[in-house]
Amino acid sequence: MITLNNIKKTYNKGTVSAVQNINFSVNKGEIFGLIGPDGAGKTTLFRILTTLLLADEGTATVNGFDVVKDYGKIRDCVGYMPGKFSLYQDLTIEENLNFFATVFGTTIRENYHLIKDIYVQIEPFKNRRAGKLSGGMKQKLALCCALIHKPVVLFLDEPTTGVDVVSRKEFWEMLKRLKAQGITILVSTAYMDEAKLCDRIALIQKGKILSIETPEKIVESFPVKLFAIRGGKAYKLLEDMRAFNGTDSCFAFGDALHVTFKNDENNTVLQYLDSKGHIGVSIETITPTVEDCFIRLLKK
Amino acid sequence: MKTLFFLLEKEFKQLMRNKGVIRTLFIMPAVQLILMPMAADYSVKNIHIAVVDNDHSTYSQKLINKIKSSGYFTLTGYAPSYKEALVLVEQDKADLTLHIPAGFERTLVRENTEKIYVAINAISGTKASLGGAYLTSIMQDFNNQIRLQWLHGTPDNTPQVTVAPYYWYNPFMDYHLYMVPGILVTLITALAAMQSAFNIVAEKESGTIEQINVTPIKKHIFIIGKLLPFLVLATLVFTMGLILARVIYGIVPLGSLVTLYLSLIMYLFAMLGLGLLISTYSNTQMQAMSLAFFFINIFNMLSGVFTSIDSMPLWAQYIVETFPPSHFIKIMRMVVLKGSGLGDITYHLAAMFVIGLVFNTWAVLNYSKRS
Repeated sequence: MITLNNIKKTYNKGTVSAVQNINFSVNKGEIFGLIGPDGAGKTTLFRILTTLLLADEGTATVNGFDVVKDYGKIRDCVGYMPGKFSLYQDLTIEENLNFFATVFGTTIRENYHLIKDIYVQIEPFKNRRAGKLSGGMKQKLALCCALIHKPVVLFLDEPTTGVDVVSRKEFWEMLKRLKAQGITILVSTAYMDEAKLCDRIALIQKGKILSIETPEKIVESFPVKLFAIRGGKAYKLLEDMRAFNGTDSCFAFGDALHVTFKNDENNTVLQYLDSKGHIGVSIETITPTVEDCFIRLLKK
Repeated sequence: MKTLFFLLEKEFKQLMRNKGVIRTLFIMPAVQLILMPMAADYSVKNIHIAVVDNDHSTYSQKLINKIKSSGYFTLTGYAPSYKEALVLVEQDKADLTLHIPAGFERTLVRENTEKIYVAINAISGTKASLGGAYLTSIMQDFNNQIRLQWLHGTPDNTPQVTVAPYYWYNPFMDYHLYMVPGILVTLITALAAMQSAFNIVAEKESGTIEQINVTPIKKHIFIIGKLLPFLVLATLVFTMGLILARVIYGIVPLGSLVTLYLSLIMYLFAMLGLGLLISTYSNTQMQAMSLAFFFINIFNMLSGVFTSIDSMPLWAQYIVETFPPSHFIKIMRMVVLKGSGLGDITYHLAAMFVIGLVFNTWAVLNYSKRS
């Protein structure tokens, strides 16, 4: 549905490199996640695929159309929700939706079934101006506007940034339902916990793709054992663990430290922590999360 | 076409909701059109004159009285010497000094000639040159009076040329008649070039243009959809200006309104093109403002509202020829004051069309839905 071949893009006349040698493809009816920190090049890829930006090198297709030659056809069949809210703030919910329906030559009624689940939630406020909506409602409206012309591919650039936890959860449930309708979705996010909700994810960092896999496979491919260490004074524990000569990596994860060792033998750790004066420290083996994998990939 | 209709519907909705813009577009030009022509008066009054009368004779008294009663001058005071009169000029209390030498009357009677010294403060150019001219003409009049007196009513046989000018199209030299149409043009200039540019750049700033760019809307439809509302608004403001000119200044265009509006549309074609061009080179409203301000300032200063284009150096005249307002101001004055018809203004209409074509083509080529 979407393919990218050796896509490269630089800004400021080649001095700032945004993305290099990006290759991946997204299958029909898939939720594909681009996971990476701010500035990784996610938005650049979105803008290239939605025909807003020309790549320096490489080719890309969306729904079988070339992003350079057939950009007109792509604009007819994709929905794009930019990271920044970009609907008309001085028009109401209904007017915005109506406007975007009409510029695509369709009506709200024609494709109402697609947006129904989402639209009913904001319908009570349909006469409110978009600028006066809360963050979550803005996202829902933006999604409605991106969907109203029944696109075959949906591009969502960080749709959940700045949205509360409940709305984020709801949003991903909506994406699942859209996927069930056969819509291919390319979504980017900086939240690692959302990664496992995708069918496949590409970890991206500094314009390069580190890994493309299903979330499960990425987790499975974690090469060493991962331990969680809890207890004691959190900060001192982190410092002492990092100072321990058997430690390979050590990061704070909520109330625990996620630690890998140079070899999986770690009998001496508890002794070591005892000697440093930590009391009641526990250690257990855990399954890594996508975030653990990402951090490990970054270190390489 | 249908898309254009929806775009226009959206634009007008947004414009109507933006109370600030509507206020700016209608109330501000109205205020300017009422205030500016009243204040921007070309005829100079209240010229302060300091007199050094070293003669104290009947003639010198007569001359001074004549100057005082002309209505243009106010006497700031008498000074005993030229030096002290100059102090008054330095203190900005007097604009010019008149020095009547001692023995003025005697020399005049005996030798039939005498010289009077006039010193003018040239800080304010118009006041100085006009003041000097007024004073000269008063002096000439005075001179004639004396001659008539001396000849005791016997017919003057020396040949004399008197100039009796008639001001065509504006017999009373009412400056409102040519200022108001000019000022109306400058107001339309600001509206057309600035507001249209701001409107497009605002979409860039808010990111909505990104959303528009991924839709199948055609480039030219989007541009027409952006410019047409301002064509309508500018026409409304222009109409309001004509009504104000009639109500407040009693100015009724001698020529046909059809000619005026036809020229207006041609003018807006050029100026909206400039607005569009500015918008393609700006990413923020601040940038658009600086660029628009640069052009509008030059246009307003050099297009012939306040200074005559004909008295500019030749190179400047060629440059001004490329300014759409210079043509529209000429058309306005020709049609309003003189009643010129389409045949008389063809050149200016064509000029505006060509300039507009250049601006618009340039802008469309530079406007791109992708980068």
